[in-house]
Amino acid sequence: MAENIIELKNVTKYYDDNLIIDNVSFSVKKGEFITFLGPSGCGKTTTLRMIAGFDLPTSGEILLNGKDISLLPPNKRPVNTVFQRYALFPHLNVFENIAFGLKCKKVINTYQNDEGKSYTRREKLTKKEISEKVKRALEIVDLEGFEKRSISTLSGGQQQRVAIARAIVNEPEILLLDEPLGALDLKMRKEMQIELKEIHRRLGITFIYVTHDQEEALTMSDTIVVMADGVVQQIGTPKGIYDEPANTFVADFIGESNIFNGTVVGEKKVKFCGKTFDCLDEFEKNEIVDVVVRPEDLRMCPPEEGKLVGKVLSVVFKGIHYEITVEVGKYEIVVQSTESREIGEQIGLNVAPDGIHLMKPRFTTNIFDGVITKRNTVKFADGEFECDVTQLFPGSTIDEEDYVVLPSGEKIDLTDREVTVEVGLNDITISDDEEAGGTTGHIISIIYKGDHYRLIVRTEEEEEDFVFSTDDLWNENDYVSVIIPKDKIKLTLKPTAEEKK
Amino acid sequence: MKFRFSRKTLGIPYAVFLLFFVIIPMLVILFYAFTTTETDASGAEHFSFALSNFGKFFSDPTKLSTIVYSLVIALVTTVICLLIAYPVAYILAMSKLKKKFVILMLFVLPMWINFVLRVNALREIFNLLSLSPAFEWLQSANYFKTIFGMVFDFLPFMILPLYTTIMKIDKSLYEASSDLGGNALTTFTRVTLPLSMPGIMSGVTMVFLPSMTNYVVSDMLGNAKVTIIGKFIYDYFCNDWHMGSMVALILLIVVFLSTLLTGGFGSEENVRGANL
Repeated sequence: MAENIIELKNVTKYYDDNLIIDNVSFSVKKGEFITFLGPSGCGKTTTLRMIAGFDLPTSGEILLNGKDISLLPPNKRPVNTVFQRYALFPHLNVFENIAFGLKCKKVINTYQNDEGKSYTRREKLTKKEISEKVKRALEIVDLEGFEKRSISTLSGGQQQRVAIARAIVNEPEILLLDEPLGALDLKMRKEMQIELKEIHRRLGITFIYVTHDQEEALTMSDTIVVMADGVVQQIGTPKGIYDEPANTFVADFIGESNIFNGTVVGEKKVKFCGKTFDCLDEFEKNEIVDVVVRPEDLRMCPPEEGKLVGKVLSVVFKGIHYEITVEVGKYEIVVQSTESREIGEQIGLNVAPDGIHLMKPRFTTNIFDGVITKRNTVKFADGEFECDVTQLFPGSTIDEEDYVVLPSGEKIDLTDREVTVEVGLNDITISDDEEAGGTTGHIISIIYKGDHYRLIVRTEEEEEDFVFSTDDLWNENDYVSVIIPKDKIKLTLKPTAEEKK
Repeated sequence: MKFRFSRKTLGIPYAVFLLFFVIIPMLVILFYAFTTTETDASGAEHFSFALSNFGKFFSDPTKLSTIVYSLVIALVTTVICLLIAYPVAYILAMSKLKKKFVILMLFVLPMWINFVLRVNALREIFNLLSLSPAFEWLQSANYFKTIFGMVFDFLPFMILPLYTTIMKIDKSLYEASSDLGGNALTTFTRVTLPLSMPGIMSGVTMVFLPSMTNYVVSDMLGNAKVTIIGKFIYDYFCNDWHMGSMVALILLIVVFLSTLLTGGFGSEENVRGANL
């Protein structure tokens, strides 16, 4: 059993007031190739920078070989980084760039004095040692004989190799790679992927790799950490993450997916798209679940044999396979197959039980912290919404002075009372008229669920998220206002300060 | 008919300008430097070729010492400017202040006020100070006052190019250096300093050259006791154009050599006075 080389414990990071990393914990085994995967802004680079020491965690611990290093400066950590844009020193040539770290380094040498006693001395590496190490590093990255070249005469791929050589020449315990292939063209990237994997095999050290490219992550890694919004969504092997995504975000981000709302109707039986299917995952009966079916797990067959029957909407040739969109009732289902079909053709679709993945819905309802205002509206998520405050006290009414009157006749002033606001997933609509709703925000996520879209709108100031379903097609980053009908806002009182005591 | 400016036609005004204001004056100086005026018996003046100006200059200790003094004053001014400007530029370039532009402007602002006025004001301050017994030594500290005035005047020319070069250094290089085990000092000596060299070079050229020739400062602050080479040339042109031209020519060569030395002709990025 390999030991953990690095371990993050409850690491949280704020930039100013923005939460970037939210209580992340995981561990990396020695010699592993681990990848942080996620969309931009998910916190993967920040996590890497905290391991390198460029950023310090706001709270939590980073353990290297069991010792807390979270506050050590980068130059005291036995890790080296390959930077996104290489960060090679333009005033130094290839040799000097690679030797930079070696020249900073002091090693402990053991000597024997005249009386035969051994003593140690911290010394710089000799010129000969340095040039030998540089030579070896250049051999590893296939750049023999490039010592004297200046950085500006190198191509992108060559600079990439120098950056790798500069990092590995220091024999770090962990090599950190921050989207190192992002600046290369596709063909070069594929080559470097294989080569990096080979370097990893030869050196046997731990690689921590950051990328937003799911294919790259699946090809190279032993373990993938999928991140979104500063939170780890799933940790697992590439196959494990692809085959058994933990939630719809992972399913949607890694590879193509058909995502549906489903209901568990019996033991290992799930109903979606109007049909009941056998599956392998066990859930409580009548539980609402998200159903993920990979396009390649769907089998096309003659209409009379298919469980689902639909009409081919479009066929796109993707090189190795065809991507076929099929309209089944009100659902659109994407199928990948090596066979083509005619547009408009009626076909049947089947899916085996192991092709159906059930997962707990990521969101079941929206919950916010709100405050009641003078006018008996409720303020939350950067906005103010009309609501029915009488629901807080059964049988109460509102008098003309905006006081809530209990059935007993007692008057209550609710101004500034803190409440919990709950809004269902189907109770929110959005509009591009900024004045139409109670608050405004940008659409940050759109997931297609067969017959409708699951959207997330995030407000600007407080960064509160509204999750809801809609049939309409919107674009990511659209600026919209959020509309919630008065009777769909469910309020519950929070205990006041006195009540807490 | 369509009339189009070719690159050649557009260049003509500049060529004319260069011819009349650079090349011809240079030739005139060359001509005067290697001639003398002789008056013959009839009283008519005519020029004759001579190397005597050249000989006279290098055989006259006062002339030679003026050149040496000018060089030393310029050198000291440049070094002091560099020592003051580098930390300022470095701190400003590195700071995360949103309003650092304002601070930079405060350093540069004096450049926009008439130069003679500033030197005059400085002289008055020195005069005022020297009335107090504690600063009485200022009265005769002519070299100190001259150098002070020059530093005061030329400092912005050092700060600006330094600031722009340091600003332009990719911040990830500092991270790379620290990642490779370099501490703050190594990062400075092996990354920041070498990469800000172009800025240092242009700052040095922009301070060193004017402080050799700008005699307004030395005249006004040095009680006319400090003579620098610029003053020298000015004085000669009042009566002896031949000697004046020779001194100007020698200064040109000194300047050329020192520019060559600092690599001011470098083909790479030249950030002289960049931005603002």
